[in-house]
Amino acid sequence: MKHTLSVLVENKPGVLTRVAGLFARRGFNIDSLVVAETENPEFSRMTITVDEQDQPIEQVTKQLHKLINVLKITDLEPAASVERELLLVKVKADAKTRSEIMQMVEIFRAKIVDVSPEVLVIEMTGNREKVSAFVDLLRPFGVVELMRTGRIAMRRGKKVT
Amino acid sequence: MRAAEVILQALKREGVDTIFGFPGGVLLPLYDALYDSDIRHVLVRHEQGAGHAADGYARASGRVGVCMATSGPGATNLVTAIATAYMDSVPLVAITGQVSRHLLGLDSFQEADVTGITLPIVKHSYLVKNSADLPRIIREAFYIASTGRPGPVVIDIPVDVTKEELEFDPEEIPAMRLPGYKPTVKGHPKQIREAARVIAAAERPVIYAGGGVIIAGAADELRELALYGHIPVTTTLTGKGCFPEDHELSMGMVGMHGTPYANYALSQADLILAVGVRFDDRVTGKLEAFAPHAKYVHIDIDPAEISKNVPVDVPIVGDAKRVLAALLGELKKLELSPDRHLPWMEQVEKWKRDHPLVIRESEDGEIMPEWAIHKIWEVTRGEALVCTEVGQHQMWAAQHYLCKHPRRFISSAGLGTMGFGFPAAIGAQVACPDELVIDIAGDGSFQMTMQELATVVQHGLPVKVCIINNQYLGMVRQWQELFWNGRYSYTCIECQPDFVKLAEAYGIAGYRVTRPEDLEEVLRVAFASDGPALIDIRVKREANVFPMIPAGGTVHDMMEREL
Repeated sequence: MKHTLSVLVENKPGVLTRVAGLFARRGFNIDSLVVAETENPEFSRMTITVDEQDQPIEQVTKQLHKLINVLKITDLEPAASVERELLLVKVKADAKTRSEIMQMVEIFRAKIVDVSPEVLVIEMTGNREKVSAFVDLLRPFGVVELMRTGRIAMRRGKKVT
Repeated sequence: MRAAEVILQALKREGVDTIFGFPGGVLLPLYDALYDSDIRHVLVRHEQGAGHAADGYARASGRVGVCMATSGPGATNLVTAIATAYMDSVPLVAITGQVSRHLLGLDSFQEADVTGITLPIVKHSYLVKNSADLPRIIREAFYIASTGRPGPVVIDIPVDVTKEELEFDPEEIPAMRLPGYKPTVKGHPKQIREAARVIAAAERPVIYAGGGVIIAGAADELRELALYGHIPVTTTLTGKGCFPEDHELSMGMVGMHGTPYANYALSQADLILAVGVRFDDRVTGKLEAFAPHAKYVHIDIDPAEISKNVPVDVPIVGDAKRVLAALLGELKKLELSPDRHLPWMEQVEKWKRDHPLVIRESEDGEIMPEWAIHKIWEVTRGEALVCTEVGQHQMWAAQHYLCKHPRRFISSAGLGTMGFGFPAAIGAQVACPDELVIDIAGDGSFQMTMQELATVVQHGLPVKVCIINNQYLGMVRQWQELFWNGRYSYTCIECQPDFVKLAEAYGIAGYRVTRPEDLEEVLRVAFASDGPALIDIRVKREANVFPMIPAGGTVHDMMEREL
């Protein structure tokens, strides 16, 4: 099962290296990792997706907690949290296929952000499954390039992550 | 005030009386300030020695050890010592010089990314970019190094930072900014009650105690609990001295080269009270077969150690001293009868009688190594502060130098660092000037850091070095004999200096002993002398350390003695 760990850290140089280094030397595998400043510029939020099959989550979080710059770790339950990732995809589109692609963009509430004679650049957000489904539908048209940010997630309701 | 001076003042505020170090280009401002300081500086001959000496100082005294090295090669020479301290949870602050800020990242002369290199082997580290941060960083470094599960902290300081002027008032304590660091020291009361309940219900209990007991200063609490509950105690290598090894409840050391009775007792126990230990592979052997019938109560200050290697039934995160005191209180409420598990105590006694550690005095007129250790123990009445190197002599010392007090047996356990013992003995002697400090060495290990002979002479440190000399890299040779068809691939080191002449070359008294009948007298003379001494004890070359449970084995695989 995939776990989404939301890790609140001090926003200081070297903190990402400490976290990434810890994962590497303890043999923990990272599926995706997103880091950015929080509402308070003193802190950053790391959203780390790991697979429980590869490593015991309890050891991962305990070892992470030992890093002096780590303040808080939340193992986000999928049902109790909202998760999103951002997709940018460049897909082949000529006069014949363009309208079909645009329909799909409509259905998935994605957005065309760049148009040129041979390709479209599309932006889309959603949870992992939705993004993957959209990509699968685009593949037959010819995906030239694809970028995903990896997952960020937030707890539902009043309680903060 | 100049930042270099601020650093020394801030160190003094943390109680630092000694720095073990070696100067260098980027340390010039700091060493210039040291020239007028009343902080003692012990000049080593290699930075690794400075690191191990600071480590030995810390383990012997319980205070934070401080070492210092210059940028680039000076700092990389500290790496082994930092890793050693990390593995054995030793509070250490390593100050390294760094190139000027404007030269950082440009492959400048003597530049190395020290915070990067040491990242996996430190509890925390700092690269100081702003001199105004120095007072706070130094305070935080000592706090982090010495609290919770102790460990090494590196402070890397660019030389231009140390030249800046800043305001400093030694009375004004800077506020720490460590929002993510809050060690748990008080054990959970409910868990402690549960622990008392399962201990009281146990029929075959064993205490398995480690370095954490010594670090927490919990030896008295442990002894009281063991005596009250009448529970036999075995310790790890770092735990030696946390329970008096001459006590009837002591079973000595556990693990690969532990006593047969300690290993038998763990294998049959129905309850293991594990305190300040981490279930290392040298203790457990094959994990699935380790103590198969036991419930585990595990007390440790580091939550990550709980259930890391074995699933624990009653985990208690907290400081061993507080938790053991509270646990004893709970046990007393249950009014344990001392003979509630008499058959178990009889069984332990029987194992001790039937499978004692064997001490052979001599074979073919040659000294047996374990007897040499036994003699050192006898002559010092077990009261010396013993440091060891790593290898066969270390295990013989662990088996036969019965240790009565905490912080009196110092050895590189986790990392197994050859060359550790002699510089660690230097640090221990600085911390404890009135104690008899002995480095029990192997001839292989000693050759790794023997340049520190100059250090003991220069600083008038009366450290005694006893080389258990078999002209082999003995532990590896033993494995080659037992598991690699006796093919002694590069473990024979007959080519070695004349250690007596070497000692004399440094102006140190040197002795050589080859006959059993001469050993005691030489030990007495050397140990009674005011200065340092080196004793080259020639022992039977191919003696092995027994008992031995092969790596990954179980108690059933134990080889008790030479075949």
